Amino acid sequence: MKKYLAILIAGITALSATAQDDIYPAKPQAEAITLTNATIHIGNGTIIENGSISFNKGIITAVGTNPANGKVIDCKGKHIYPGLILSATNLGLQEIGGSVRGTNDFQELGELNPNVRSIVAYNTDSKIINTLRSNGILIANIVPGGNGGSIGGSSSTVQLDAWNWEDAAYRKDYGIHYYMPSLFNRPNPFAAFFGIPQPPDPLKQGLDQIEKVKSFFRDAKAYQKQNTPDSTNLKLAAVKGLFDKSQRLFIHCNIVKEMLVAIDFVTEFGFDVTIVGGSESWQIPELLKQNNISVILRQTHNLPTSPDDDVDQPYKTPAMLQKAGVLFAITDEDGQTRGRNLMFNAGTAAAYGLSREEALSAISLNAARILGIDSKTGSIETGKDANIIVSEGDILDMRSSIVTHAFIRGREIDLMDKHKQLNERYKKKYGISNP
Amino acid sequence: MMNGSNAVNDITANAVYLTFLTKTNVMTKRTGWLIPLLLLCTQLTAQVTQPVNGVTDNRSGCYAFTNATIVKNAQSTITNATLLIRNGKIIATGTGITIPPDAMIVDCSGKYIYPSLIDAYTDYGMSTPQRPATPFNFNAPAQLTSNVKGAYGWNQAIRTDVNAAAIFAADDGKAAPLRELGFGTVLTHQKDGIARGTGAVVTLANRKENLVILKEKASAHYSFNKGISTQSYPGSMMGSIALLRQTFIDARWYKNKPAGEGINLSLQYWNDNLSLPQIFEANDKWNDLRADRIGDEFGIQYIIKAGGNEYQRINEIAATKASFILPLSFPQAMDVEDPNDARFISLADMKHWEMAPGNPAALEKAGINFCLTTADLKDAKQFLPNLRKAIENGLTESRALDALTRFPATLLGIYTETGSIDAGKWANFLICSGPIFAEKTTLYQNWIQGEKYSIKDNNWTSGDGNYALTLNLPAGTQQYRATLKNNTMTVIGKDTLTAKLNIEGKQVKFSFPTEKGGKQSLRFSGMKTGNNWNGLGEDPTGKKFTWSATWSAAAETPKTDSAKNNTAKADSAKKKDMGIKASLTWPNNGYGWAEMPKPETLLIKNATVWTSEATGILTNTDILVRNGKIAQIGKNLTDPAARIIDGTGKHLTPGIIDEHSHIAASSINEGGQSVTSEVRIGDNLDPDDDNIYRQLSGGVTTSHILHGSANTIGGQTQLIKLRWGGNDNDLKFGGNDPFIKFALGENVKRTPSQANNRFPDTRMGVEQVLVDAFTRAKDYEAALKNPNAAAVRKDLELDALVEIMNSKRFITCHSYVQSEITAMIRVAERFGFTLNTFTHILEGYKVADKMKAHGANASTFSDWWAYKMEVQDAIPYNAAIMQKVGLNVAINSDDAEMARRLNQEAAKSVKYGGMSETDALKMVTINPATMMHIDNRVGSIKVGKDADLVLWSDNPLSIYAKAEQTIIDGIVYFTRERDKQLRQQLLAERTRLIRKMLGDKKDGKPVIPAAPSMKVMHTCEEHAHEHGLMVIDNDEQTGNR
Repeated sequence: MKKYLAILIAGITALSATAQDDIYPAKPQAEAITLTNATIHIGNGTIIENGSISFNKGIITAVGTNPANGKVIDCKGKHIYPGLILSATNLGLQEIGGSVRGTNDFQELGELNPNVRSIVAYNTDSKIINTLRSNGILIANIVPGGNGGSIGGSSSTVQLDAWNWEDAAYRKDYGIHYYMPSLFNRPNPFAAFFGIPQPPDPLKQGLDQIEKVKSFFRDAKAYQKQNTPDSTNLKLAAVKGLFDKSQRLFIHCNIVKEMLVAIDFVTEFGFDVTIVGGSESWQIPELLKQNNISVILRQTHNLPTSPDDDVDQPYKTPAMLQKAGVLFAITDEDGQTRGRNLMFNAGTAAAYGLSREEALSAISLNAARILGIDSKTGSIETGKDANIIVSEGDILDMRSSIVTHAFIRGREIDLMDKHKQLNERYKKKYGISNP
Repeated sequence: MMNGSNAVNDITANAVYLTFLTKTNVMTKRTGWLIPLLLLCTQLTAQVTQPVNGVTDNRSGCYAFTNATIVKNAQSTITNATLLIRNGKIIATGTGITIPPDAMIVDCSGKYIYPSLIDAYTDYGMSTPQRPATPFNFNAPAQLTSNVKGAYGWNQAIRTDVNAAAIFAADDGKAAPLRELGFGTVLTHQKDGIARGTGAVVTLANRKENLVILKEKASAHYSFNKGISTQSYPGSMMGSIALLRQTFIDARWYKNKPAGEGINLSLQYWNDNLSLPQIFEANDKWNDLRADRIGDEFGIQYIIKAGGNEYQRINEIAATKASFILPLSFPQAMDVEDPNDARFISLADMKHWEMAPGNPAALEKAGINFCLTTADLKDAKQFLPNLRKAIENGLTESRALDALTRFPATLLGIYTETGSIDAGKWANFLICSGPIFAEKTTLYQNWIQGEKYSIKDNNWTSGDGNYALTLNLPAGTQQYRATLKNNTMTVIGKDTLTAKLNIEGKQVKFSFPTEKGGKQSLRFSGMKTGNNWNGLGEDPTGKKFTWSATWSAAAETPKTDSAKNNTAKADSAKKKDMGIKASLTWPNNGYGWAEMPKPETLLIKNATVWTSEATGILTNTDILVRNGKIAQIGKNLTDPAARIIDGTGKHLTPGIIDEHSHIAASSINEGGQSVTSEVRIGDNLDPDDDNIYRQLSGGVTTSHILHGSANTIGGQTQLIKLRWGGNDNDLKFGGNDPFIKFALGENVKRTPSQANNRFPDTRMGVEQVLVDAFTRAKDYEAALKNPNAAAVRKDLELDALVEIMNSKRFITCHSYVQSEITAMIRVAERFGFTLNTFTHILEGYKVADKMKAHGANASTFSDWWAYKMEVQDAIPYNAAIMQKVGLNVAINSDDAEMARRLNQEAAKSVKYGGMSETDALKMVTINPATMMHIDNRVGSIKVGKDADLVLWSDNPLSIYAKAEQTIIDGIVYFTRERDKQLRQQLLAERTRLIRKMLGDKKDGKPVIPAAPSMKVMHTCEEHAHEHGLMVIDNDEQTGNR
């Protein structure tokens, strides 16, 4: 703790009254760095006690008990993890949650927007970004929003230390996001009272809409087969990668009926499919596994769906998927905390059936697999990008989850953020000294 | 006299006569019935003021119904009796009655006569009030005043001026279906608004309104539902309650004709209507209690229109001592064929489906007086089947009859006029084939005010029996014997032949072959004359002939023993099937108690005890709990009476206390005005909220249920303990200082609305709302101390503010940015009180010194920010800074999900700000207790304090910590073990009920599409809380977002 505060003080000596503007993206890694004497959590389930990691020019060169190489940072008593991955977020697309339309850049008009790209609107100067880095989140998948029934656009993964979105891009346009219409018969009991027309059979309406999207993909398939199309269709062209699996279809849905439709997408088109949401995925893990469908759980910290459900069902869902062998990631889309509790959502899953290393995988390697970036990141393995965090203790537990160092492609990034700056500012006001 | 005959046993002839009678618009003269036999010649006279177009045709309408089983009322039945009526009234009933010569005699052998039924809760003949055609718009401007023109009160939902008699328009299209069910008289009123004016008793006769209204003002009506009122206030259950309470007060005050009020017709009629029976539409068990409490406060015993779930809280319902009007609208079985649909139906709903038909029986068993009504039935035709269901489920038939006759008549003060078959009462009665509620019984006729309404007259006689069939053929007469049973006709001549038979009303058609197996038939067409038939026939050659059939009763064939046995077997099988029933739990859902838990003497051994006291953390320590209190803390404690809980390797903390919660309430926001200090969360607690149980699983024991933040001065809060299974009063903490919720900033400015017209629209205005409210309160307080105090209108809104200024009520104030925090402090200082708690207080770290100087407490979130403009500068170090400055700091939830991880939320201050672990835990135990003035009772582990304890699997600040046992007042409310058992039971019970619903579908019983058990979730009107598929956010409901 003391060490952490000392580092913090060092970091804020040049603190100005303007929050944030003095937090600079780090320069490329200039010399080899070795982190030593730490408990290393690889991300794939393996732990190396008292181990070291060397990395140079942004790439991990050695992991294990290898001798020091270059600049040595002693991490005695600390825990090292792969940089955490927030696998679905509107980070950089919406700065203020509610009532400020001007800050909203996360959802386009229209039903079929596969050609809309989140990456071009991603704001690297969002004040939220640094608060996530402070907690060990180094990679995020920036997801365009959508209404039930629309294709929202393509998502890109970014690393969280950049001057602009082109610097930030980690893998561009990998995800196509389809927001499935709700097949849940959700009555609005107040509709009659308020004179709001009750929608007709939502199931039929939803299935009709899904059929429309399917025919879009059928057209897209035909379009890809033309060598020289008669005319360019931006929408059809935008999903080309789904057919050769250089892109993945992310289907946002929750209930079993919806997920069964998602399976149908796999069967008909052979796409790589990930379900985002999947709050009911614990009911059909075997089917998901059989169809090679992965899941991004939006939030572990949630209430059970039905009053009859186990009171801790959302906490247990990850373990149920794990047991069935479903590839899944945990993300944190909480609107009040803006993604900063990713590791605690995973921690809760660990309290309710996952092992801690499995929980870690859900916010590192398995997330990277789903986002198509696992060859470069997600675990601490030789040859991968040196996206690494160092924590005082167990990153999943708030008692010890204090990040002291973070490296993105070997660059040691500044862990200052707006909140730390305001903290220091007002400690100064009250004469609160650091212990 | 008709046809010169006084032995009228041909019912159709009667019907013709009566149609005629009705057309000439005959009335009963109300003075004729007292001395019946002497006034045989009294004529039914037309309504005296009505001119007659044509020749006057008055008749006495004297009938004698003989040989009947007359059920005079539920307690008294006479057999082989006569009912004599004249001029619409009952003249006499009993045996040995002299039948006057002008009486038409109706032979009712084998038939039953009952009083016509009475429905005390209809809107028969009322127009249905309509909302304005424009659809409701969530972001529409507020309507702050009534848009009803006239000398009425300020609130559009107070419709004391509505007089049902004045707007009543008889409507035979609506009356006929009720008559078919056996109803003869109803209470009708307009079902709209919170005060609904008066109801009238009317009969269902098809006559001019003047003649069917039996009682012009029979009742006064109230509800919690503002109906079509477009005015913003009230916008919540507690707002409706406050409005009713204030209106009571205003009406009393108005009696002295206060200067300045002028004429207020709403209050005048309110006072006028108080002398009538007061009927309150509550429609739910908790609402029943809420209505009754309002009545208790103002000396009114309401008659309560119930909802159908009263059996779930029958003791509380009985304690109201109210009479109830019960609907029979039982839930229908749902189509659960698709397990994906069935998944979203809660056990609570399925249990209610099974148990609701037992509601009337439960009230009967509890000795509660009640009536039955057709109200709430989607289809009135369900009334009798549902009534039979209620009887199958234990309602006695005599109570059912009382509930449809004597009880409603007595409640409405019309039992001297109708409701039983007694001389002098209206001739409102039913003629049926057997006991009235039996499934096979046919209701033939419903007589209302002496007029006959045919229901199923054709079946007056079944026609079953033997017939001597005579064919007048050219060759001479030919005789057959025919028997008719259950619409099957057998003809016996040379051969035994089966006839094709078709009887429609009076018409009879049949044919049978000339010989057995023959292809040629004799065809007959005729009419019934009494029980006999005659008509014209045709033989196979086309020759016509006349024929007649003379009826004689068939000899009864005794039932064989085996048939009896079979019936008995079937009955017992049915009973057995009925026997397996969901058992009531508190609450009546998957996680309720079959038996309420009791305080225990508990000895928790060898735990790591976090005391939240100066003693800090005590290792290997024992805690003895006795009589709901912490009795001893120490090592190696013993008590032979105690149940031992092994705490080895576990951590024991005080129960978690949540300073800011919105669970367990029916409404949270009364946003209809900027100042609503008169509303009280405690008026509308919801002990059935699943979140109580869920939060017990997270170690929460005490929650401060706050009004939302829709307005500057919100409502009075309610501190509760999570005594799961208790009723609304049981939940209340008890003996604590009262609090009130205030709010500042974006929400009270209605920021998301593009069309806000409610003052304030800025933080400048918010301050003035506060200053104005307290200024008014000061003046009010001064006025109350004047000699003229008696003339001052008691104001519930200002009473609460006066309490604040006298340190008898304390504020918890939703607040974010430093400017508004400081402004609030200065307003408090100006009016001489201390702002007790700033809640949310995300910029508290900026003005912690000012808060400390003022003496305020702070209750905040751990790490929320950036969910709206005013929380841009929120930081997770806030709690730590405020604590270091010396404020008493708590971490609160404001969220039903997060509340069950409040220990971990507190732990975040270890991460952000380096707080010690014991200090962090204090932020969810002793600190909130201190700020709510309950630290003498709860918040720490100290001898003498309430035994509110949580046993954790791990360090309570750890992400891995699970509450294993949660104890309140020495009662173990939650254990992981019991939770596991409950889940198993829940699954078994669900499975049984789903199978039962599937069985219903298979048996061809009607099922409705599966409807998810949606739940309204209340929030502060604050943030993008997500609570899942089956949750309706309250902002969606009220449009407050």
